Amino acid sequence: MIIYLLCIFLFLVGLYGVVAKRNLIKIVIGLAIMEYSVNLFLILIGYVKGGAAPIRSGEMADKAFTNFVDPLPQAMVLTAIVIGLATTALLLAIAIRIYKKYGTFDIREIKNLKG
Amino acid sequence: MEILLIVILVLMIGGAIFSLEARDLLSAVIAYGIVGFGLVICFLLLQAPDLALVQIVVETITLIIMIAVILNSTREDVKTRGGIRSVFFVIFAFIFAGLFLYFFNRVTGTLSDFGEHVMRMSEAYVLPGAEKTGSANLVTGVIFDFRGYDTLGEATILFTAVIGVLTVLRVKGRK
Repeated sequence: MIIYLLCIFLFLVGLYGVVAKRNLIKIVIGLAIMEYSVNLFLILIGYVKGGAAPIRSGEMADKAFTNFVDPLPQAMVLTAIVIGLATTALLLAIAIRIYKKYGTFDIREIKNLKG
Repeated sequence: MEILLIVILVLMIGGAIFSLEARDLLSAVIAYGIVGFGLVICFLLLQAPDLALVQIVVETITLIIMIAVILNSTREDVKTRGGIRSVFFVIFAFIFAGLFLYFFNRVTGTLSDFGEHVMRMSEAYVLPGAEKTGSANLVTGVIFDFRGYDTLGEATILFTAVIGVLTVLRVKGRK
């Protein structure tokens, strides 16, 4: 159970970065940390003690062998990781565009968002 | 193995806190790399080699993009004002974190303990997966066969994000 709590604490650290930081780059870093902790949490839930990686090879090619870790959350998280990269890249592109226009990453000085 | 996971998680939390508090943005980004590469080791320990491969590639690309952004802008963090208000903020943050952890503990009480996972859903994928899909790797079988439409949606999202990045980074903007 302490592993789950540590994972959620990592989520809270990311949430702190998103809510309290005034720098756009640090907000992006906080979002990415939150995303990583959620991915890790899903994989932690699907872990089976002593289970093998879900690849049928060698002696595990036998049909009767079923002591694998859960392949379903792994497949979902694989999708989530790639989507996370895409969203992070989009956020960073917007951040560098804002820097070119305003000359700062400070979100308090980016007020007139017109045009 | 549980001890090893706890040690790596504590290291990741430390890296995350340092990355959010660093004065220099470049060292913030490099400390953020600790979190990502620690996650790679966690995935390897949790018997998820596919995820570890994908995560190591994604983390490297993210770091390269972030460093490129910082080298093209500034390395200095913005100035923050101290004062009596920030003390209140810290107190409220701790209260909120405590409440969050308490309710998380309540809600996940029904969850099975670490390592005691019961596969209800996945038996349909694990038992006949290899014969039905012809793939020795069950994760690939789930992604590209049982849940192929999910992957199609993922490809759509990736395409949209790439279009978005190209649109935002267009050199000439229309006035």
